[in-house]
Amino acid sequence: MSSTPLSPLHLAVALDGTGWHPASWREPVARPQELFTAGYWADLVAEAERGLLDFVTLEDGLGPQSSHLLDPDDRTDQVRGRLDAVLVASRVAPLTRHIGLVPTAVTTHTEPFHISKAIATLDYVSTGRAGLRVQITARPSDADHFGRRTIPRIDDYHGPVVTELFDEAADYVEVVRRLWDSWEDDAEIRDVATGRFIDRDKLHYIDFEGRHFSVKGPSITPRPPQGQPVVAALAHATVPYRLVARAADVGFVTPHDTDQARAIVAEIRAEQQAAGRAAEPLHVFGDLVVLLDDDPAEAAARRDRLDTLAGEAYTSDARIFTGTPAQLADLLQELAQAGLTGFRLRPAVAGHDLPAITRGLVPELQRRGVFRHAYEADTLRGLLGLSRPANRYAAA
Amino acid sequence: MSKPLKQIHLAAHFPGVNNTTVWSDPKAGSHIEFSSFAHFARTAERAKFDFLFLAEGLRLREQGGAIYDLDVVGRPDTFTVLAALAAVTDRLGLTGTINSTFNEPYEVARQFASLDHLSGGRAAWNVVTSWDAFTGENFRRGGFLPQDERYSRAQEFLATATELFDSWQGDEIVADPATGTFLGDAKAGAFVHEGHHFDIHGRFNVPRSPQGRPVIFQAGDSDEGREFAASSADAIFSRYAQLEAGQAFYTDVKSRLAKYGRRSDQLLILPAASFVLGDTDAEAQEIAKDVRRRQVSGATALKHLEFVWNRDLSSYDPEGPLPDVDPVVGEQHISRGRAQVRMYRDPLAVAREWRELAQANNWSIRDLVIETGNRQNFVGTPETVARTIDEYVQADASDGFILVPHITPTGLDEFADKVVPLLQEKGVFRTEYEGTTLRDHLGLALPDSRPRSSGGIPVDETAGERAAS
Repeated sequence: MSSTPLSPLHLAVALDGTGWHPASWREPVARPQELFTAGYWADLVAEAERGLLDFVTLEDGLGPQSSHLLDPDDRTDQVRGRLDAVLVASRVAPLTRHIGLVPTAVTTHTEPFHISKAIATLDYVSTGRAGLRVQITARPSDADHFGRRTIPRIDDYHGPVVTELFDEAADYVEVVRRLWDSWEDDAEIRDVATGRFIDRDKLHYIDFEGRHFSVKGPSITPRPPQGQPVVAALAHATVPYRLVARAADVGFVTPHDTDQARAIVAEIRAEQQAAGRAAEPLHVFGDLVVLLDDDPAEAAARRDRLDTLAGEAYTSDARIFTGTPAQLADLLQELAQAGLTGFRLRPAVAGHDLPAITRGLVPELQRRGVFRHAYEADTLRGLLGLSRPANRYAAA
Repeated sequence: MSKPLKQIHLAAHFPGVNNTTVWSDPKAGSHIEFSSFAHFARTAERAKFDFLFLAEGLRLREQGGAIYDLDVVGRPDTFTVLAALAAVTDRLGLTGTINSTFNEPYEVARQFASLDHLSGGRAAWNVVTSWDAFTGENFRRGGFLPQDERYSRAQEFLATATELFDSWQGDEIVADPATGTFLGDAKAGAFVHEGHHFDIHGRFNVPRSPQGRPVIFQAGDSDEGREFAASSADAIFSRYAQLEAGQAFYTDVKSRLAKYGRRSDQLLILPAASFVLGDTDAEAQEIAKDVRRRQVSGATALKHLEFVWNRDLSSYDPEGPLPDVDPVVGEQHISRGRAQVRMYRDPLAVAREWRELAQANNWSIRDLVIETGNRQNFVGTPETVARTIDEYVQADASDGFILVPHITPTGLDEFADKVVPLLQEKGVFRTEYEGTTLRDHLGLALPDSRPRSSGGIPVDETAGERAAS
């Protein structure tokens, strides 16, 4: 037993359709007919908030889901179609009070100006609980939906094409962040005497010029309540680790054991140091797919049943955990020893495994003294222990 | 036989980033905090309004090379705030102005289809176009679009988005756990569009939304704009809230519908209109005059005069006479990011006319800007205002109004409390929502999901170019 005080864990859930297992929609708890209604998403996020989780992420994409890495499929036996993640987050924001809302935005074909003001607005409607998870797409079929550029076909996610897309994502995050700072906090003065609504010296052109786009600014939306909403990215290799280290507040990584976790964390911390950000807090969360039941045999049987329905064993970039909440708590604490500061759990079946997290895992972690008993802050940055940053454009 | 009474449509325009909005009023609240939007939307829904309306501008306005600081500056993202408002209202339509120049159809169609799902069928899209390189500096493409192509892009943008909306018929989600069939059609969402502005194909990833497509608004006033509306829109956000001008516009636009195979009730004319209420008509007139003076400070008056003069007039006294110097005529304009300045097609003539007006009436610069600026459309007691609105609608000056209060966010409260009940008593405005969707409120049918069969939307992309030529 370690005698050092246990540091609290941070917990997020990744919401995607009826859950991460492709057969999840066939479970009696799944509500697949309601996937495109606000009520479905409101219920899931309310459940996550009941469990005092730090935040939820919402998956998204600029094309239909597919069982292939790069191309669409014609499958009719899995969930296809989804709502815009930023709008889902915004729709549930007024119905929740504490939980962070982190929608996915694809950086490859979209406008950083639009996304910056959308996330700033999400921060306003949630009074300081917004985040942004950035993602690239190398799918030629997604490019065809926009018709603005051609993405060369790739064999895997390790070549120069992908490096280029991540470089673009880094520029994108830079533009988004500069736009958030393009209004100083006290720019709105409403000075009746002089008739000036704003002090325009406190609005700033961002004058970003990069290889992929140039953006002038300032934003049309004032600086959001958190100053800088939380930026997150999922990373599986050196190039995206670098993006996390340079530009994000939270990285999601997929180690399958503690050795891998230790190595990934070391690589990200080294990149962070190289980027001159060593002093800044940067969370590294482990991603895990979870199937949770009170009896481990029950969880294993459920996984078998889902795999049978799907016609094949479910595989994932992340480790798939099958077992009890107490066993998962053991694993999370073990991985935390390797330097992970939190976890993003992907419920295999949202209607089953999310409540198992909030009503099984969370009380277990609370008993062990490593998870909060009440929300201790009103903003997502606050929950993650991140201070409200100074504005890069404000005179010191 | 007398004509049956027309039912009036009413909407609420969130106060905008121009000098109509009096931010200096002690009652004026935040134009950014969500609580302001929630209050405004709940008031509109309490009054059984058809919808809330949000304008958009994608670059902060500048004048004389500096960000314009005399009006409200800044606004939230349209889609995001409308999605949040869907959580605090049940029936109110949610209309967003979204630019067809600095967006792509796939993304905008996803956002509107998502908003329509998340609001249970209450989304509407005011399609606007722009071409200016000034706004383009905030976007990947920059100012890529020649001015004369903006309507052809808008037309093709809307036609393409319509193809995306229609790529799902509405019955594809089977989700039968027993058979394991989630999608009834493996090709759901398949689309191909090859046109002048857009060459895209693939799969749209949002299933058909409750309204099929969002309700389409159009706001341009040019001949191309009117033709665009007649061919493709469900409603027009117009600027003619006066009786005669409204009737002329109404007749003109409705007469354009037949050639697109559309009936007169398939396009609603809804002008923007401001109002001031008082206990007596005389008191309301006094309040209205006071509001106009607060809308046009001395500094604002000089800036508005610069729209015409197109030169720095900061050294002039707003309480003094108009400048003797003539306007600068040229391509470069002192004011950027503002559609209004294009109204002055012949600045020299306008300047001449204004000098004569000012001399004849002994007006200062500020007096002139106040007097030539927009007066409130409806001024009087609640009875006067209700009667006038009803008369205008029954006389076919419009099908209703999009009301623009001058105070954020409480500027609609008094109208909701005092004018709406009078319209309801007259039997010309609903006392309860009869349906759940915005199409229900506006009396618009659900669109056929089979593209090209409804006759409403010309998918021939040359239609816009024909109209423009």
